[in-house]
Parts: sequence; structure tokens; C-alpha cells
Amino acid sequence: MENYALFVDYEYCSGCKSCELACRNEHDFKPDQWGIRVLEDKPWQLDDGSWEWNYIPLPTKLCDFCKDKIARGEEPSCVMHCQAKVIEFGTYEELLPLLEKKPMGYIVRP
Amino acid sequence: MQEQEGYEWKTVTDDETIIRTHAWSPPGCHPVGCGLQLHVKDGKIVKVEGDPTHPITRGALCPRCLALKEFIYHPDRVLHPMKRAREDRGKDKWEQITWDEAYDIIEENAKRIIKDYGEESIMVFGGTGRQANTYYPLMAFMVFGSPNACYAQSGWSCYGPRATITAHLMGGGYPEIDNACRYPDRYDHPGWEPPKYILLWGKEPLKSNPDGFWGHSVIDLMKRGTKLICVDPRVHWLATRAEQIVQLRPGSDTALALAMLNHIVENDLYDHDFVDRWCYGFEEFAERMKQYPPSWAAPICGVPEEQIIDVATKFATFKHCALGWGLAVDQNPNGVQLAQALLSLLAITGNLDVPGGCTLGTPIAGDDDPARDMANWGFAAGVLKPEVWEKRLGAKEYPGFSTIMNQCHPDFTLAAMQNGDYKCRMAYFHSSNVVSGAIAAQPDKWYEALKDVDFAVAQEPFMNPTAMALADVFLPLTTFAEHDGHVQPHYGLNAAFEAAINKAVTVGDCKCDIEIMIDLGKRMHPEFWNQFDGVVDYLEKRVIPKGMTFDEFRKAGVIQPEEVYRKYEKGMLRPDGQVGFLTTTGRFELYSLAFELFGEDPLPYFEEPPFTPQNKDLDPKILEEYPLILTTGARTYVSFHSEHRQIPSLRAMVPDPLLEMNPVDAEKLGIKDGDWVLIENQFGKCRQRAQVTPTIQPGVVHAMHAWWYPEKDPEAPSLFGAYDSNINTLLPNGYIGKLGFGDTFKANLCKVTKDETNEKEEA
Repeated sequence: MENYALFVDYEYCSGCKSCELACRNEHDFKPDQWGIRVLEDKPWQLDDGSWEWNYIPLPTKLCDFCKDKIARGEEPSCVMHCQAKVIEFGTYEELLPLLEKKPMGYIVRP
Repeated sequence: MQEQEGYEWKTVTDDETIIRTHAWSPPGCHPVGCGLQLHVKDGKIVKVEGDPTHPITRGALCPRCLALKEFIYHPDRVLHPMKRAREDRGKDKWEQITWDEAYDIIEENAKRIIKDYGEESIMVFGGTGRQANTYYPLMAFMVFGSPNACYAQSGWSCYGPRATITAHLMGGGYPEIDNACRYPDRYDHPGWEPPKYILLWGKEPLKSNPDGFWGHSVIDLMKRGTKLICVDPRVHWLATRAEQIVQLRPGSDTALALAMLNHIVENDLYDHDFVDRWCYGFEEFAERMKQYPPSWAAPICGVPEEQIIDVATKFATFKHCALGWGLAVDQNPNGVQLAQALLSLLAITGNLDVPGGCTLGTPIAGDDDPARDMANWGFAAGVLKPEVWEKRLGAKEYPGFSTIMNQCHPDFTLAAMQNGDYKCRMAYFHSSNVVSGAIAAQPDKWYEALKDVDFAVAQEPFMNPTAMALADVFLPLTTFAEHDGHVQPHYGLNAAFEAAINKAVTVGDCKCDIEIMIDLGKRMHPEFWNQFDGVVDYLEKRVIPKGMTFDEFRKAGVIQPEEVYRKYEKGMLRPDGQVGFLTTTGRFELYSLAFELFGEDPLPYFEEPPFTPQNKDLDPKILEEYPLILTTGARTYVSFHSEHRQIPSLRAMVPDPLLEMNPVDAEKLGIKDGDWVLIENQFGKCRQRAQVTPTIQPGVVHAMHAWWYPEKDPEAPSLFGAYDSNINTLLPNGYIGKLGFGDTFKANLCKVTKDETNEKEEA
């Protein structure tokens, strides 16, 4: 899976943590083990009155991109279960244009 | 009606069976009907997944469904009926019994109580959101013949007010954000357009999926260009993505809405064609609005005048715009007028039932549709006697409430129990945690009033404070994974679709709401209930689309009705087929003849809620003693009101009840983030943990609601810590508007101090 990564549109990650539980369901991880975690930059206000408050889904070493699901032609569990539909799985070639189009995004590879 | 193509509700592979289903409850939720795939092996659910073929949820699930296995197989779940001696109420002295014995006890007590005191002395309590919402009034009307179905929130302040005011001003349905929910191809559908703006008023739909609206569709819409205007005292996460945050003072909402209307009318920004053709009373309405210029509202709301003008102008001039009106509309004694103002705003800006505006529902389901009068079914069944119906508590006193709502009036009911005018002899807690949950104001008063009831039943998946405090018989309830059923968003008032709930597994001896109703119905009124041969038969005869077998229904997957806009032009909102709205005048009533009939002002007005710093009638000593504004009840992703507290993965995400407070107030009070604090006012007190955050204004605190602790001592007086952290103990009954709606859950007063008891915190 070395050519693959996740693109995250963190403008719209609502911090629900569905990805955390969906990942655990898929892999049967123990309660204190995670394939992806949602980090938070807690709310703070800029001088112009606008707000920064961001959730950052971060895959861990346990992330295998749900290779069994991929083999069945399905999406990784975090991608499918994401309520805000902010995670995309693909090759760098597929994901790079998403980043070019979308501010507040990142490509991440565990 | 559009069925789902190629849908398979059941897939059998070599080593497992996958059951596709649509979520409702328990575990508690609104009827969102999210698509699930339940993987079953050897009779147990081994994995829960979303269903990518579901047109609304498209594979997504929230943490509560993703933790479904922990709920279903939780070691504390009650799996068999139980009984307890009446003198052991409050003690953990339950004895396992059979269903037959449980039904024998209920039948014997109910029949004795009816004979001695009349059907009206039986009260069936219902909670919020769950499937029981549909079945608790039926349990009252069609099983026991009682007129008293009780939702114990002061002023019935959840959804009922909005639905009722909608019924009075334009008839039926419920205006909801157009999220292309009735098109199989959703946002790609030709002719559909995203709202230009959504005005989210006292609502955070991502967490609440309110009334069946899939909350994250708001994000889908934003990705397609929709902008947000958030009216809220709190800057929630979604608001940080909004174009405008109108951070108003809690309780001042109606003033803001009236000022927006003033600006739109005075500056001729309204939709003349819609007003001329479809509205009644515009002249009187326009005259009234003159009193409420933005310059008047600005200091009341704590919102700059320019911002009021800006959001009003945008809402009126961008075509189209939608309104997401939230619980804050209901939980306010002046909320009827807020609902009236917001509906009028939708009407005069031409945003009713248009693409990208708010759609209006028409009921699409069978008989079990609360939009119709369930009491009529009780009469037709011969179970509810018309003369007994006359004894419905508060019906005569609150006609604006009782002509639409089929319930008894909660504040009237509590007062009647307290002053001895009414004696409840049998209480049936039908998915309702009255003594410590989300809905009852001063739940300890309800506990007190119900303590000596002759006989009580609780129907739940888990033991909870109410059942432990009061029940003599406990009936264990299935989750939605364990029964067949039917779900439609908005209870049918504006349904995106209808779909089957499919049984995947059996757990213990649990039964579902419908089965228990049929079983008890056969005991109480066999002449009516013997016609039903089980749950599926009941669903086919009364619930799912006529002419379909349940098997055909579940094979159809998600069934979406056709989207028809501007139904008022097509004779689709009135049973007589005439064009217009279902009101006396046939028009949307900006001047409400119904309100006038019920003794309420026919036009909207502002009245300062009872406990706010700006209420001139308030005893200044109260304000001095309790200087902070208290607002309550915002949801989290991990619980449905008082449910889910015992689910490990969910509790780990929000382990404690949190009180949001501004850093300025925290510093003044010597409170640090994470400190336990005491929250007190003249009505009660509780303790929560401080969450110091700039997202709430100085002078305002927000408390989480419905906290109890399944891990604490179950027995009275603790009752799982029922009153340790329940914010409703600070919120009184009896502060309601003229029509009988509203409470102070969103605007009250309190003081906050650091909790010095240094009680050992949870590890």
C-alpha cells in the first residue's frame, strides 16, 4: 500500500469520532488501541473575530487502509463511515489534485 | 414512491448473515433511519457497519450506532421481566419472572384501578425521540382507555410547540431544510438547488439529527455553496464555519426575529406575490412590526443593529433560503411568538415549499402517524370512551395546546397531583426516565408526586433511576436490532422516506413496544386486539404502506415519496383538495385567527422571559444572588439525552457533565478548566465540571443535561446519582406561555462556585 494515502478536508471534519469507532469495529482493536485518532485544535479567536477550531483525523501505525475491504472493492472503514465525508483514500496522483483545489486539507500517510 | 434499486435486506455468506436495516430505537434516537449492515454469526452481531447504498446516510454512522454492539450485549442490560414488592421501591430487590406473570400483575392492577378509580387514573409517561413516542399514547388510549398520555417536560417544550404553531398558522406538516432528501440521486437531481443561506436558529443539527433530519446534510449543502447564519448564544463548531454568528443573549430570540421582520417589511424586501396570494392579515402584521426596529432589538439581544439588518436582508433577498429552527424555539415561554415570527419570516420571504427553501411535509405513512388524532383510533376501537377523554388533564385549560396535541398538559398535571385534584393510581413509564432524565423540569418534584402511586410499570432496555425509584414491574425492551418495525423521519410530519427495521438477533426475553402493546391489549381489550397476530401482522394492518406485505416492504429498501414543491398551489395541503393552506382562511395566517380564538394575541410580540437580567419584574435580590445566565441542553455526539451513559466507548469520549463558562468568569470565580463546580439557584443545585472556553459569552454558562451515573449506588436516595449533576433540578415547572407552551431550559439564572467538597473524582 506504499503508493496510497488519505486526503482529509479538515474544514469540514466535525469531530464526531465516528472514524475512531468504525476503525476499531473493522479491525476488532482493543478499547485502548486505535487505527485513527481525531485530534483537536481547541477554539480560539483571531483579531478579526473569526474562529479557529479544527479537528485533525490522524491515522496511526495500526492503519492498514482496511486492505481486506479494499480487496473486496469497498472503501476503508473511516472513509465510509465519516459523517461529513471528509476523508478520501487513493494514490498520491489521485489525491494531489484534491489538495490543490481545497484549502484546509492535507494528505497523510501512516 | 421510489423504491431502492437492487436492494437486498439479507445476504447469507458461508460464515455469516448480513442484515440490512434502518435505525430508530432503542438505543434512543430520533427517527433518522440511518442505513446499517449488521453482521450476524451464530446468532450474535459480530460487526456493525453503515450501508453505503442508503440514499441519505451513504454509509455513514454516528458513534452511537457504531457502539451498538456494546449496548446490545452490555452486562447491565435487563434481559428478563422482573417484579419487586411495592414496599421495596428504591431498593435493588428485583426478582426475575416470566412475561405471563408480568402481564398477569399488570392486568390485575390495571383492571382493579380502572374499576375503583376510572381509566383516567392511569397515566402513561413517554420520553422523547424513541419509537415509544408513537406507542406511548397508543398504550394509554388503546390498551388502558386512559386519556392521560404524559410527556413530562414543562410546557411540552420539545417539537410539540413548533408542530402545533405550524398547524395553527398553516396546517400540518413541518417545515424542514431542503436537503434533496426525496430524490434517489439526491444533490444531482435536476431542478434541485442548495439553499443560499441556512438560518440555524438555536439548533446544532450535526449532533442532534433533529427529529429525523440527517444533520450532516448541512455539511453536504455547505460543500455545494450554502452559507450559514447561526443564531445561538454558543459558538458551536459548526458556527465557526458560518458566514455569520449571531451570538444573542439567551431568551432574547423573539426580539431578534421581530426585528428581522421589521426590517424586511419596512424596506419592502418581502415577496409581494406570495403575500398577496397566500397570506392573511398582512396589514395588521406590518403595522405590528413597526414597533420592533433593529435599533430596539439590538440592546435587548446584545447583537449589533447592523448585523440584524444584514442577516434580515440576506434572508429576504437571496433565493432561496432555509430555516433550521431548533429546540430553543420551544424552550421559551415567549417561544410560541418566536415560532410565529419565524414561520412568518419563511412565508413573507417566499421560502415555503420551494427548492432550496423549507419543504413542507404531508403524512405518508399508515395509521400510526401522530399527525392524526390517535384518540380517534381509541374511540373507533371502543377502548377510549368519549366521556373519559373529557377528563384529559389540562385539555380545557389549554385549548391551543389540546386541539393539536393528544396529550395531557404536563404542568397542569404536576400541579393537579401536587394539590390533590388528581391522583395517579397507576404510572406506566414507557421509555421515560421522568425522575432524572432530560425532559422533566425539577424532576425531583415529579418523583415526589409519583412516590405513592399504587402501581407502576417501567419498559426499558436498562435499569434507570425512574424504574429503580418507582416501578413494581420491569419489562425488558428490545433494541432495533432485535425487532421488525418501520421508521420514517419526522414521525411522518415531513418524511424523507420510510423503511423497514429488520430483526437481526434475539437477546434474552426482550420484547418490542409493539409486541408488548398487543400482548397487553389482548389482556385488557381482547375484543379489539385479538385481530392482531403479532408484530408483523400489526405493521401490515396499520403501519407500512397499504397493500404491501412486510416482506415486500423490507425488500424495497428506502422508499422515498415524490418531492412536490409549492403544494399550496396544487391543492395538496388540504383534505378537500382546495388550493391554499389548511386554515380557516385557507391562507398562511400572519394574523392568527386560531390564536385569537384561544385568547392569545393573534400577532407575534416580545415578552422578556421570567428569569433574565433584563426582566424588570424580577426581584433584584434574585439577580444579585444568581448573576449568571444559565442555558442548557446542547447535545454531544455520544449520548441521546439520558441514554448511553453506561456505554464504555461513548462514555470515554465525554466522561463527565460539563459546564461551559467564559475564561473571564472562570478567572473571577477562581475556577480552572476541569474543576468540579456547584451550580445553584432558588430552585435547586447540582455539580458539573467546568469547561472554560471562549465560545460562550461572559456572563453566560451552558450546562449539559440529563446526567446520571449508572456506576453509582442504584438504590434510593442515590438512584444512580440521579440528582448529583442533573441541571433540570434548577429549572422550574409552571413558567409557560398563554397557549401552555414553553419553559426556562434555555434561559434561567444561576451562580457557580468551585466545589470545595473535594469528593474523590472518578479515576
